[in-house]
Amino acid sequence: MKDLEKILSELEGKIKTIEKESDLNNLRVEYLGKKGCITALSSKIGELPPEERKTFGASLNETKNKATELIDAKKKELDGKALSEKLTREDIDVTLPALKVPVGAPNILENIIEEVEDVFMSMGYDVVDGPEIEEDRYNFELLNIPKGHPARDAQDTFYIEDETILLRSQTSPVQARTMLAAGGNTPIRMICPGKTYRRDADDATHSHQFMQIEGLLVDKDISLSDLKGTFDVIAKRLFGDDVETRFRPSYYQFTEPSVETDISCFVCKGKGCSLCKNTGWITVSGAGMVHPNVLRDCGYDPKVWSGFAFGFGAERLAMLKYGINDIRTFYQTDLRESSTFDRKDV
Amino acid sequence: MISLNWVKDYVDIESEDLKELAVKITKAGVNVEAVMTSHIDHLVIGKVISCVNHPDSDHLHLCSVDVGEKVVQIVCGASNVREGIKVIVALPGCILPGEVEIKAGKIRGQESNGMICALFELGVEEKTEETYAKGIEEVHSSLKPGDDANIYLGTDDTVYELDVHKHRNNDCYYHIGFAYEIASILNKKVTLPDASYQEIKDNIKDYMHLKVDTPKCPYYTCKMVRDVVIKESPEFIKKRLIAAGMRPINNVVDISNYVMLEYGQPLHFFDKDKLGDNILVRDAKEKEEIITLDGQKRILKSSDIVITDGKKPVCIAGVMGGENTDVDLNTKNILIESAIFDAVSIRYTASNLNLKSEASIRYGKGLNFEYTDAALNRACHLLEKYADAKILSGVIKHDKVDKKEKVVTFETKEINTLLGITLTDDDVKVELARLDFPYVEKKGVFKVTIPRRRLDIDPNINDIAEEIGRLYGYHNLVSTLPLVPTRRGVYVGDVKIRKTISRRLRTLGLNETKNYTLTSSEAASHFRYENKEAVVLPNPMSLDKSVVRTSTLPSLIGVYEYNKARQVENILLYEIAKTYDKDYQEDTKVGILMKGNYLENAWQGIHVKCDFYCIKGIIENLLDYLGFKNRYTFEKATIPDLHPGMSAIIKVDKEMLGVIGRVHPSYQKDEIYVAEISMTKLYQKQVKPIKFKASSKYPEIKKDVAFAVKKNVEAETLIQQIRKSGGKLLSEIEIFDVYVGENVSEDEKSIAFSLTFKDPTRTLSDEEVTEVFEKIIREVEEKVPAKLRNK
Repeated sequence: MKDLEKILSELEGKIKTIEKESDLNNLRVEYLGKKGCITALSSKIGELPPEERKTFGASLNETKNKATELIDAKKKELDGKALSEKLTREDIDVTLPALKVPVGAPNILENIIEEVEDVFMSMGYDVVDGPEIEEDRYNFELLNIPKGHPARDAQDTFYIEDETILLRSQTSPVQARTMLAAGGNTPIRMICPGKTYRRDADDATHSHQFMQIEGLLVDKDISLSDLKGTFDVIAKRLFGDDVETRFRPSYYQFTEPSVETDISCFVCKGKGCSLCKNTGWITVSGAGMVHPNVLRDCGYDPKVWSGFAFGFGAERLAMLKYGINDIRTFYQTDLRESSTFDRKDV
Repeated sequence: MISLNWVKDYVDIESEDLKELAVKITKAGVNVEAVMTSHIDHLVIGKVISCVNHPDSDHLHLCSVDVGEKVVQIVCGASNVREGIKVIVALPGCILPGEVEIKAGKIRGQESNGMICALFELGVEEKTEETYAKGIEEVHSSLKPGDDANIYLGTDDTVYELDVHKHRNNDCYYHIGFAYEIASILNKKVTLPDASYQEIKDNIKDYMHLKVDTPKCPYYTCKMVRDVVIKESPEFIKKRLIAAGMRPINNVVDISNYVMLEYGQPLHFFDKDKLGDNILVRDAKEKEEIITLDGQKRILKSSDIVITDGKKPVCIAGVMGGENTDVDLNTKNILIESAIFDAVSIRYTASNLNLKSEASIRYGKGLNFEYTDAALNRACHLLEKYADAKILSGVIKHDKVDKKEKVVTFETKEINTLLGITLTDDDVKVELARLDFPYVEKKGVFKVTIPRRRLDIDPNINDIAEEIGRLYGYHNLVSTLPLVPTRRGVYVGDVKIRKTISRRLRTLGLNETKNYTLTSSEAASHFRYENKEAVVLPNPMSLDKSVVRTSTLPSLIGVYEYNKARQVENILLYEIAKTYDKDYQEDTKVGILMKGNYLENAWQGIHVKCDFYCIKGIIENLLDYLGFKNRYTFEKATIPDLHPGMSAIIKVDKEMLGVIGRVHPSYQKDEIYVAEISMTKLYQKQVKPIKFKASSKYPEIKKDVAFAVKKNVEAETLIQQIRKSGGKLLSEIEIFDVYVGENVSEDEKSIAFSLTFKDPTRTLSDEEVTEVFEKIIREVEEKVPAKLRNK
């Protein structure tokens, strides 16, 4: 029995000095292998008197288990050490630059248009498209702007064929087309963002090509107050819940009454600043009740139907919202600038 | 420009704050851009009661000045100040031009409660040695101490600068019309000016004969006056003309302008003696000539209207008079013309001749015939009063004007529905009275006659609603939402696919650009792979914006150049835009440009360069995403402005949809890749809905094989043969190596394939796979032809 205790304490001492897994394996063979010193003792059982055999056997087993435990524990310790050394070797500098995941940015105008589309679609407006080379009939005549009308001069249109074919000077022809296609007997809710063209020399505030976001609602018993409520929704969604709105009388050939729609200045909160030219208000769109002549000419009986139309300048909205002061920004894609818009807005 | 002193003649605004009034007017729809006044507050007439020398100065005086309410002490340094004279006093609080504020204080120990002013200190005169030497202004006028000195200075007027919407610019650009606008806002009445005069016995008809020979002159009327005395205009006319932005000349010319600014009706004065006895109004003859009163020779078109003396033109109707009948300093007898001409024709003539006159602007907006007569009479009144004119009796007149009245019938509830408000019949009556619109009302039905001065109002309910609404005040509207069914709007037609493509391309790393539709003919000459003829504008603004583009690619090259110049290295772009050909056929194109690295992380050495296969991957990914998997092919082709060895046409369902390739090095040195496809054509194709496909439960077997083929044999040829020979069991073909060099003949290349065999219903045996594999090898070798390389 004394021998067994001695063997164990000797093993314990040896384990303490071991640093390599191979040495531990050798030690395992030395003690627990087929010819190991502990294994060898079991052959001695037969040499003992029968009354001692049982207790010796039990002690031997216990010793075997303890030795195995000691070696296994050391194994675990060595494994842990090896792993932690490996992890240390694999340490990286997490501050080094990442892979540039290629994701593109939207055009700024498309960005703002989608935002407006989203608000109007949530209110049931369809998004409709129309031709940019347009007939005079849709661009002017059906919109209560007959030949010779002074409103035509102001728009300074690019004509392609004398008085018949033109680059559309407004997106309103899409409204006329939509009404005509609807056949005069179904309600309409639509917006038609798109490119328009006028003979303006390009500079920081003028562009011969620009984008309008016009919309139209035709139904029964529609009022100017409904237009005001609708404008409130879009103004707050685009410029914040705390903006106030106001209507001012205005004039457009295809609406009557016509209004200019203002929002309270979101920079100075109405106190007066350079953005609002000290008025506290910023004009963001033109709108009005669809002129009865337009309704009639586009197939809707003005005695039965009424509606409103509105138009935003996409450039103006974007300039206001993002603080851009040169309209050419939208048409010259500077990639150093556009990446700003590859993100979700608040 | 509207002079408020002038407006006061027609409507009572005496008690109004003119700045507040401007706000009210603006709210009601006529935009007062600026309120201008040279008025100086706290400036009064004073009388010097006593004047003694300042005890501590050799040039200052101590003055007691009566300023109306009280007598104050003022220290004054002017040499001409003395007892008994009337002077202009700036009281404490007065701000003189140059932001000089007058305060009560002490000057060398003596109290001074204001300043006695010289004209140069009031901004009325320049400060010069001469004006300085004049000293303070001595007031010789009936004004009393305490009276507003601005009256004396003529700085008591306020002028509104208007930015009037097109429709209101005919009634709000003259003083009487504007007075009506103010009257409706303030609920007051308008008083029209005196237009009475004495007539002599002689009748114009005995001296003038009128004939109008054109439909473009519906109304033409004249009065004749004799023995005018040409001299300076009275002060009030001069002041008002200046306030309204016109230069006074002499009484006769000024009266014609004055009446025009009153009634909006331009008048023309002919020297009767130069004119002769006849007026014939007719269309001009082509290339007819006239020298206008500015001394310029004008060549007319047959669309212009001329006034002639029966033979030669004496005036371009509505635009400018002729030199030959001009009123001059010796003029005695005048024929006054007041007429209406076709507005469109006048605008056309004025713009053709590049001759925008005060008259042509007004004729071009249209005129009210009631004021044509009124203005004529008013001119006679003023000429009699201020030019000693004798007025002949009678008029000569041509009158074909449409006098039909504009009448609107409506009920209050229609107005309420349109505006979303709740007026009563009585409210409507009040509003109509304010507008001075005559009406009759029977059982709630209103019948309103639109006054002729309001040419802008059409006889419909909306127009009446607008008039009532703007006076009611849009700020009083309550916000409501239309009572319409709830639904979510949709993208109609090809808008949806445009959005889908746009979003996908952004996800794939491309940046959206938006470019001009109008381009230069040089830019338009590139990438003409469809050989479409472009629309060329007949009257472009500039040559660089004269052609409607047929492709987005030249524009994308422009964006590339812009960014390259700004040292941007990786340029990944797309644009989706409508293009048009000469027949106005619309084709929405998706253009892509790639240059530089698609993916990179420099320190790791990761540089995935944009090359043909990269841009091809973008196109394939897009087409797969849109549901066109296995329906497209790339076929090598020679394409304008693309590298002949690196370009292809893109076909979907065997129809050509676009092009892809490297930009030709002779056009752009850099390695740029572009592609363009027709969204319009793509949109016309049907796509099957997504259907789930379970993956096979049975194992697959992979086998590799490499073939050597002639260099000009395309991989696609091999793939098609392998697919054909492989039959059903061959599920995938992957190319994992393309090799040229050692062990391959100089005119050949080696392509290595990894083939996957599987059957979704069972496990394949080695034998059957080997059988198919060998069949593939045999057939590819024989049919392509190709040589099997070592496996």
